[in-house]
Amino acid sequence: MSHNLAEKILQAHTDEEITRAGQIVTCRVSLVLANDITAPLAIKSFKGMGATKVFDKDKVALVCDHFTPNKDIDSAEQVKVVREFAHEMGVTHYYEGGDCGVEHALLPELGLVGPKDIVVGADSHTCTYGGLGAFATGMGSTDIAGALALGETWFKVPPTIRVEFDGQLEPFVGAKDLILHLIGRLGVSGALYRALEFGGPVIDNMSIEGRMTMANMAIEAGGKVGLFPVDAKTLAYCAAHGRTGDKALKADPGAVYEQELSLSVTGMGPQVSCPHLPDNVRGVDELKGMRVDQAVIGSCTNGRIEDMREAAAILKGRKANKNVRLIILPATPKIWRQAMDEGLFSIFLDAGAVVGPPTCGPCLGGHMGILAGGERCISTTNRNFRGRMGSLESEVYLASPAVAAASAVAGEIIHPGKL
Amino acid sequence: MLVTGKVHKVGAHIDTDAIIPARFLVTTDAEVLGSNCMEGLEPGWVKRVQKNDIIVADENFGCGSSREHAPIAILGAGMPVVVAKSFARIFYRNAYNMGLVLLEVGADADKLRDGDTLEVDLDAGQIKNLTTGAVVVCAPVPQSMQDLLDAGGLVPYVKKRLAEKQ
Repeated sequence: MSHNLAEKILQAHTDEEITRAGQIVTCRVSLVLANDITAPLAIKSFKGMGATKVFDKDKVALVCDHFTPNKDIDSAEQVKVVREFAHEMGVTHYYEGGDCGVEHALLPELGLVGPKDIVVGADSHTCTYGGLGAFATGMGSTDIAGALALGETWFKVPPTIRVEFDGQLEPFVGAKDLILHLIGRLGVSGALYRALEFGGPVIDNMSIEGRMTMANMAIEAGGKVGLFPVDAKTLAYCAAHGRTGDKALKADPGAVYEQELSLSVTGMGPQVSCPHLPDNVRGVDELKGMRVDQAVIGSCTNGRIEDMREAAAILKGRKANKNVRLIILPATPKIWRQAMDEGLFSIFLDAGAVVGPPTCGPCLGGHMGILAGGERCISTTNRNFRGRMGSLESEVYLASPAVAAASAVAGEIIHPGKL
Repeated sequence: MLVTGKVHKVGAHIDTDAIIPARFLVTTDAEVLGSNCMEGLEPGWVKRVQKNDIIVADENFGCGSSREHAPIAILGAGMPVVVAKSFARIFYRNAYNMGLVLLEVGADADKLRDGDTLEVDLDAGQIKNLTTGAVVVCAPVPQSMQDLLDAGGLVPYVKKRLAEKQ
């Protein structure tokens, strides 16, 4: 039987034969992930299950990235619970200090996730690893507790929406713009319970980091996973990050899709998602003159080295508007060091930016850049729900690093080419 | 099992940041989370809720993050059932794992108005609107979810599986 990417990966992890979408299958998992918000609940459930050890101490990642460096006593207590559990179970991949980064930037960098893996994480943006050709999806803490104990979980085989991108990318347009545009088109529930599978010449030419940016936001269309084929670029990325034995992977000829979309990127400008849902997407020029109080560049969506370089290219020799707080958070210690070594921090500091530690921080209104009532932020993060970054009366606009950096300079939302 | 309670109507795409904002995620305590339920939708929202009251939502209820604190907050506020046109995927799994019952009714959700009193028959999969007399039949709970409910939720299910393995 011909399988699409989602079916092909699930099939590799189960003894049951996958014959149709909607089928329930039990699959062995390659890695189980939780963070400082979701792990404490998972640990509670794990103990309630009577489990005494994790299924494989090398296939568990506990990354304390959301409220770290711990923002208050309660969050410190939560991290303490996770740390003690990690030590008790002998978990190999536990991170909270100088080795810690935003989980979905960190795990690919450590080579812990890759092609054909099944990754389940108690974090909705676990789908990021689809950029590497992994069937990676978010679940709640108790599902994760079950996977920690058993090393397996159940999946409903999702119907797949295939999306092909072709055409010529305009200047200052990239992965973030493509995924925002697609979410605008599908709607926040347009891919509910479904897999997204990406392809086409624009995707073939896209970097692995760009693919991860796109896969990261599959959930914002309701998607279970956002899958990319595994090609020479993926294999080179994985080898460079210490993995061995990975192989190319693509959908079978004749695979079944619920829907097939073909989108041309020619003539498409930078995209911005307006409050208060990610599908409220407009072209950047429609928002000209929209004043901003803060710009955030970072997160699991856009906190990687290419994003830092994209922001630096705009900020070089320029200054953030004096009414804008520009906050830049490289997503892992490695990215931090690389940005520093490449001289990007001088550019950021000269531009008047605050360069902070790797943390999810402001994205979810945790800390390190909370908004007051009436304030507006342009952000490279992934959600703009009401109150997401602070006050219920604040607003978040989602965009690429180039648009966020340009808007910080202009003091208002602007096309980077018109700065 | 019958649940009788008053409807609290909410809109479409109610996200988990609305159900329980991130600043409250520094605890796993159901009562504390419950006392802040829907704080991201409207400050003080939960004050209107009495035990067994029922949230009735439009489409895609529970979208956004994977935080299990969301179904826990709803249960912690005393609400055992949520009725919606449709539910987001992660929230759906979480709710069943936590023992929060979700009833997907499609467009029939429009027959249930804010303040109406409902009698929900979980065994029959039927909602009676005691205020208007309307009856809404729910989509049947999928067999795999029913198996999970029959086992008493995911925690006892895994407990049993672990015992079998030893």
